[in-house]
Amino acid sequence: MKKLLWSLIAVVGAFSLAGVALQRGESINALWIIVAAVCIYSLSYRFYSAWIAAKVLTIDETRATPAVRLDNGRDFVPTNKWIVFGHHFAAIAGPGPLIGPTLAVQFGYLPGVLWILVGAVVTGCVQDMTVLLLSMRRDGRSLGQMAKDELGPVGGYAAMIGTLMIMIILIAVLGLVVVNAMKHSPWATFTVFATIPIAVLIGLYLRNIRPGRVLEGSLLGLVLLIAAVVGGGALQNHPALYAAFDFEGLQLAWFVIGYGLIAAILPVWLLLAPRDYLSTFLKLGTIGLLLAAVVMVNPIIKMPALTSFIDGTGPVFAGKLFPFLFITIACGVISGFHSLVASGTTPKLVTNEKDVRMIGYGCMALESLVAVTALIAAALLDPGVYFAINSPAGVVGSLPADAVAKITSWGFPVTVDQMNALASEMGESTLFARTGGAPSLAVGMASILSAAFGKGLLALWYHFAIMFEAVFILTTLDAGTRVGRFMLQDLLGHVWKPMGKTSWYPSILISSSLIVLGWGYFLYIGVIDPNGGVNILWPLFGIANQMLAAIALCVCTGVIVKRSQLKYIWVTGVPLLWLAAVTTTAAWQKIFSDETRIGFLAAADAMANKLAAGTLPAAQIPVAPNLIFNQRLDAVLAGFFAVLLWIIILDTLRVCYRVVNGKPVLPLSETPYVAVQAK
Amino acid sequence: MPMRAWWQQVRSWLRELTGDDAYERYVQHHQQHHPDQVLLNRQQFYLAEQQRKWSGVKRCC
Repeated sequence: MKKLLWSLIAVVGAFSLAGVALQRGESINALWIIVAAVCIYSLSYRFYSAWIAAKVLTIDETRATPAVRLDNGRDFVPTNKWIVFGHHFAAIAGPGPLIGPTLAVQFGYLPGVLWILVGAVVTGCVQDMTVLLLSMRRDGRSLGQMAKDELGPVGGYAAMIGTLMIMIILIAVLGLVVVNAMKHSPWATFTVFATIPIAVLIGLYLRNIRPGRVLEGSLLGLVLLIAAVVGGGALQNHPALYAAFDFEGLQLAWFVIGYGLIAAILPVWLLLAPRDYLSTFLKLGTIGLLLAAVVMVNPIIKMPALTSFIDGTGPVFAGKLFPFLFITIACGVISGFHSLVASGTTPKLVTNEKDVRMIGYGCMALESLVAVTALIAAALLDPGVYFAINSPAGVVGSLPADAVAKITSWGFPVTVDQMNALASEMGESTLFARTGGAPSLAVGMASILSAAFGKGLLALWYHFAIMFEAVFILTTLDAGTRVGRFMLQDLLGHVWKPMGKTSWYPSILISSSLIVLGWGYFLYIGVIDPNGGVNILWPLFGIANQMLAAIALCVCTGVIVKRSQLKYIWVTGVPLLWLAAVTTTAAWQKIFSDETRIGFLAAADAMANKLAAGTLPAAQIPVAPNLIFNQRLDAVLAGFFAVLLWIIILDTLRVCYRVVNGKPVLPLSETPYVAVQAK
Repeated sequence: MPMRAWWQQVRSWLRELTGDDAYERYVQHHQQHHPDQVLLNRQQFYLAEQQRKWSGVKRCC
């Protein structure tokens, strides 16, 4: 009976996938994609993850987990597996899996769908599950610590520096996404600004009025957030107020930078913690709503399966399908960042090793489904509209007439009237060149959600979607700044002892400022860049994130070899090789390509030549030296990521070589077996 | 009253998922394992927990 069921799932899955992949010339329904996805996740969860759990990870139900052995009622707490699933999913699902797939739709829907489905089940889910188990076998130790224990100090330091760098790039690019969503949009700006006093209010409520009543506080906050979205709409009737919230990108960038600094210094209970409660509620609720709406509405995918932009000339970001698809969609398929969560809070909560499959593999499969949904939300837009929203002015021209002419000439017809009508439906003044992915995702989400739950509320849903993205981007922004601050304090503590004291105010101020300076710089450059910044920052972020994933896979592979399981080396080794190939190729092209939209050095040289020849537009002359310097810095950074990656790969190969040849290596750092006590 | 029991169950899951019942669980753990040590009050516990929670990587991209 069970065999029959799984065979049926396999057949339905294969049929849907074939439907998705082979449909040509006709538009397809989103439901095909969802069905194919769910079948692939179910099958690989049932068979591949079970096989890995049994053979490679040798999961042992009788082995006591750290949550059980070290139970202290605080961070080590044996917890119901569904609750851990919820916590872990809330921790790994951020804005990344929404934005990457949205940008990658420029290649057509098919490459993104295939990479998300196949990539997740053989790379990302495996990474998350393996790191989670390795950490659980080591008292919940962090990735950096495990790299040091298992591979040696080189691996350990590479992991630490890599994490710090990715944090800076990540915050910069997310900051840019929020800035682009708020630029000249008083409604969005008002709503996002309003989330800050609302969070502070909830923070005070949870501290002073009803200490620790998180559920009450969050519900109250949600009501206030929705009121802020509605209130923002009323702004349009008050011209003076409307103008007061109308900002240039650069002004908003300074606001985000100042906000980040203040948020990182303030006590966590005042701003960070309450906003995280709100964003978690909002995130889980909205993702659930969106999934339900896609199934209910079953929208038609209007984007073609493949576009001509696989040749590297895409307007949203430059570069060929290989390697740039695999860099652009990182979160949602495999994200190095997850290995930090899977070796952080989660391993201290899992009650039994057998739950690792559901939490590690299952959560990632669900996040991958979120990525698929985001992709659908972008692909259901008219392609012309999608490109009009996501193409920067530097590529299609800053005048609407030029932009639509150019986009129509690519074979994606769109008109100025159509864009204006759409903008006014969404309650925006314009939707041209709103790069970064958030606005086009919000338009897509608004059209699905309003079709499912309330027609005529397009503008409200649009701004709800923007608020939803902004709230957890801001959470990532100040949580990330704080983590960066702790890491920097740790590093600086080695140089000068007092800097290592995490609660010493001068040290907090100095290290927080340094971190904010780091991402603030990239954000500033991203905003003044006429090509929209996303074209530079998102690939850098993708490279950094995939590099971190490769580091995590190196640790996993090293441990598999040290456990004398050489025959299973491919389980993490093949994903590692793929990531190494993708990351190295992408870094190489970003540095050395002659194409100015791809190669950092070529872009810097081209701009320097234009500056010298005096052919640069007048507006760009004052910022040109900054942009030139930045492109060269980005080249160095991409090179640095690639070098760091190869250092740790070679270090892993060294360990593997020594194991195979019977030479001594660091011993496995697994904590000894302790049996679960019978109840 | 299955409806009521059902609601109780949902409520207790929600409370555990959000950390709403963290203080109750702390008090219980405390009484079982360290009855000799000082018990934090609700506010002290909440603040100490926030400080601890936000000292590492808690949120992803």
